[in-house]
Amino acid sequence: MTAALMDYDEVLDRFEPVLGLEVHVELSTATKMFCGCANVFGAPPNTHVCPTCLGLPGSLPVLNRVAVESVMRIGLALNCSIAPWCRFARKNYFYPDMPKNFQISQYDEPIAMDGSLEVQLADGSTFTVGIERAHMEEDTGKSLHVGGATGRIHGASHSLLDYNRAGVPLIEIVTKPIVGAGTRAPEIARAYVTALRDLLRALEVSDVRMDQGSLRCDANVSLMPRGSSIFGTRTETKNVNSLRSVERAVHHEMRRQAAVLAAGGSIVQETRHFDEANGTTSPGRRKETSEDYRYFPEPDLVPIAPADEWVQSLRATLPELPWQRQARIQAQWGLSDLELRDLVNAGALDLIAATVDAGASAAEARSWWVSYLSQQANSRGVELAELPITPKQVARVVALVGEGLLTNNLARQVVDGILADEGGPDDVIAARGLAVVSDDAALTAAVEQALAAQPDIAEKIRGGKVAAAGAIVGAVMKATGGQANAQRVRELVFALVSA
Amino acid sequence: MPTISRDEVAHLARLARLAVTEQELDLFAGQLEVILSSVARVSEVAAADIPPTSHAVGLTNVFREDVPRPGLTQQQALSGAFAAEQGRFRVPRILDES
Amino acid sequence: MLLTQLPAAELASLIHTRETSAVEVTRAHLDRIAAVEPAVHAFLHLDAEGALATAAAVDDCLQRGDSPASPLAGVPLALKDVFITADMPTTCGSRILEGWRPPYDATVTRLLREAGVVILGKTNMDEFAMGSSTENSAYGPTRNPWALDRVPGGSGGGSAAAVAAFEAPLAIGTDTGGSIRQPGALTGTVGVKPTYGGVSRYGLVAFSSSLDQGGPVTRTVLDAALLHEVIGGHDPLDSTSIDAPVPPVVAAVRAGATGDLTGVRVGVVSQFRGEGYQAGVQHAFDLAVSRLRELGAQVVEVSCPTFDYALPAYYLIAPSECSSNLARFDGMRYGLRIGDDGSRSAEEVMSLTREAGFGPEVKRRIMLGTYALSAGYYDAYYGQAQKVRTLVIRDFAAAFEQADVLVSPTSPTTAFPIGERVDDPLAMYVSDLCTIPANLAGNAALSVPAGLSDVDGLPVGLQVMAPAQADDRAYRVAAAYEVARDAAEGGPLTHRVPDLTEDRVPGPSMDRVAAR
Repeated sequence: MTAALMDYDEVLDRFEPVLGLEVHVELSTATKMFCGCANVFGAPPNTHVCPTCLGLPGSLPVLNRVAVESVMRIGLALNCSIAPWCRFARKNYFYPDMPKNFQISQYDEPIAMDGSLEVQLADGSTFTVGIERAHMEEDTGKSLHVGGATGRIHGASHSLLDYNRAGVPLIEIVTKPIVGAGTRAPEIARAYVTALRDLLRALEVSDVRMDQGSLRCDANVSLMPRGSSIFGTRTETKNVNSLRSVERAVHHEMRRQAAVLAAGGSIVQETRHFDEANGTTSPGRRKETSEDYRYFPEPDLVPIAPADEWVQSLRATLPELPWQRQARIQAQWGLSDLELRDLVNAGALDLIAATVDAGASAAEARSWWVSYLSQQANSRGVELAELPITPKQVARVVALVGEGLLTNNLARQVVDGILADEGGPDDVIAARGLAVVSDDAALTAAVEQALAAQPDIAEKIRGGKVAAAGAIVGAVMKATGGQANAQRVRELVFALVSA
Repeated sequence: MPTISRDEVAHLARLARLAVTEQELDLFAGQLEVILSSVARVSEVAAADIPPTSHAVGLTNVFREDVPRPGLTQQQALSGAFAAEQGRFRVPRILDES
Repeated sequence: MLLTQLPAAELASLIHTRETSAVEVTRAHLDRIAAVEPAVHAFLHLDAEGALATAAAVDDCLQRGDSPASPLAGVPLALKDVFITADMPTTCGSRILEGWRPPYDATVTRLLREAGVVILGKTNMDEFAMGSSTENSAYGPTRNPWALDRVPGGSGGGSAAAVAAFEAPLAIGTDTGGSIRQPGALTGTVGVKPTYGGVSRYGLVAFSSSLDQGGPVTRTVLDAALLHEVIGGHDPLDSTSIDAPVPPVVAAVRAGATGDLTGVRVGVVSQFRGEGYQAGVQHAFDLAVSRLRELGAQVVEVSCPTFDYALPAYYLIAPSECSSNLARFDGMRYGLRIGDDGSRSAEEVMSLTREAGFGPEVKRRIMLGTYALSAGYYDAYYGQAQKVRTLVIRDFAAAFEQADVLVSPTSPTTAFPIGERVDDPLAMYVSDLCTIPANLAGNAALSVPAGLSDVDGLPVGLQVMAPAQADDRAYRVAAAYEVARDAAEGGPLTHRVPDLTEDRVPGPSMDRVAAR
């Protein structure tokens, strides 16, 4: 059954959307939140577990200092205030992926609160998203559903549990209600998650891989009739696993809710799942009883009371943040506002900067990312950053061209090889035999052949018409399949003509 | 004086995952009411301006360095499991509640 | 004198001077266990083989001329089945953990092993330490060695009875609301609840995390202090563990044993008398106070009015924490699983497992705690109880301005008959009336045998409470009292425990009353 949808423009005519975004970030600490088990992704099941993260009787949590420092740095970068005193609480509910049947989280005493993040939109304008809070909690284990269709939870006969992820440090960052976004609500949602991702990456606190679940977004959407200031009932959409999905999920939820409201219905406060394939949301299973999490202060952990000096020393460790970096890069590269915005919108700025950091010139790096690689990303329908090529690899290709070991034509073939998962630049060159021909004997023979084939041109060169040499060089390049070192060919042409 | 109905006991039992019997519903309803009316005395103490104590000993800022420590092997982890499969704990089908 | 009758300190000395061996001492206790366990039922699990192996290792080490690993190396001990042991089952007296063998050791277990203490086995207890009589064990009650038809107290009735019945000179208990001290009082043994955070809780299966504390159970105050120094100290695996040296409890006992309490201010808590206190208990307590005065102590009356609210606050805080702590017992990862027939969901199997695996008292407290933490009730119950806790701490602080230690009867009554209170939760709960305030405040407290009740001839405990991290003060007073009482009564109280190996009709005997 497909839900009725209202035309998007009509939605905006009649309603004002209110968004709330909850982002969960897995920290990339060496160990878990409350025990010394390694925090790694993709290990064999139940091999990074101990009494504490398995919730065995008698086990106790001890808080990871780096996790606390990470959330404080995130809070500071988001302009939050850091609580002078806060605690953990237990959130009590039964679920098999949660070994203790309660989650250690923060409830009414988050460590960071009341901040903001300024996000840039495609038209170059900015929108300030208010941050309600950032708090710490622990991740759950992972379940594998067996016996049903395609590993889905519905219809499964039983489930298999792996607790490697249980206890991995999670930071939940919650926005204040985002009001006034209007037609740009879906774009703002996406821009916010993008900006947050870039910020977390700059802080080096997380891998921020949405595809691996180290950055997860739940989108709360509600509509209020134009002219009203009372928020409508909201839905919470989960399973939003890419930046594009954030935008699509908000867009779809706005149109669906508007259709329900316009038909005289009411919105059910519920959790909905986003379906990547068709861009729609569907309701999760209704709970039989209303949830009562029975929060209370976690007695096995003591309060956190960060001294001012500690907070200040963490503030001092904040790296150049994305917006500061942009300003610096714009000045350094002499970009106009428009050029900068194009680079930002294309998601190219950080990639270019990283390529420059790896040794390429700004011009070369820009040229690769905004032209050839952008075309490749477009034709694949992915983000530039999702292409399977790294800034380091691009810088290596640029260097090889500079050293005369690759021609521009060859360089594109090398990049194609990298994008086809054939390995790094040097692997592709070796495997495809793309090295530029610089062997004088081979080149001399090719040049002699070309001169012999076009004696009139050889004569012109001898007569001082330097420009005529281009025809010979071109013929040699053609004959060698573009692999000749053009500079060397040119030198040989003059040498042989005057010999 | 607090009163606890059979329905409330049933609700508590659901929250606490206890498949209580009909007899227990009556028994616990009576007992919980007696106990609660006895402990409700705590509200007689005027304490509006008194801070609550969750931890008897006033420690703060107890941390662990972010250094890995050996844990359990997969075999040890699964040693108490009622059933295990593919290195994982095997449990009955899970209802989707997320 | 039989080896089993000696205190741990003397056994250790005989073992360390090679006058006897740890193996011989262990054998003697295993023989005693075999003889009296049918009557007492203090143990849930025995590990004779492991105990003898540990004892032999201690003997080997001494044979080589190495110094003993600790002052208690080679001495046998009974461990409450709430501490995790990698080499023995850990059940907490519950069906839900029947036969569970954990893959790790508690910190207390590890410290005992490192000290060369010989762990004989695991002792019986009220299920998950919830109870005051050990009748709530899924594996049957423990009987009081003084009168087999009576309870040994609880929850650590197994540890107290094992020590009182000379099955072990040392035991470990846990005290959440009095589970070490009240059984100590009811069995005429010494029981210490150290300052909260003084003994690691890592590997202690939690009942109420903010109140639970492990501690020694012995027949003499010196033995308790020696054991306290073995198991105490900072543990980085327990966030609530105090990062400070163990208070000098052994030195305090030696100081107290001189029998001089001149200058020590002893506060008698006025709230702990009157209605509900048996006459025999009150008499024994009054006699104990007069003895302390004779030892030079300055006795003052102190009032702690909010202590009257400690019991109701406790019965909100402890069940609340337990409802969360015990949620993990769901049959998914370890322990019992009921009803997994392939058709039922995990949720249904969890509910059936918990229903079948927990006894009535545990279920009652889980539901009580679930209620107290529920939205809408939290402020009136849990929140208010936490405020009472603050007030109890303030009352203690004020009292400790007037007195160095506070004293009271440990429990309002002597050991009561098995079955008497089992269906009346409130009657059972008042057993812990005097012990609960120290748990709420986290300070140190112990029970030392005061004497026998002149009404029923059963033991009465003297509770000594000291400020947090001043455990040594309580030990000093208890040691002085112990010397005075033994001198006045012609030897330790436990020497009057009946001979449990004879066939005899269980029940209190008027001989014991006459013997006073």
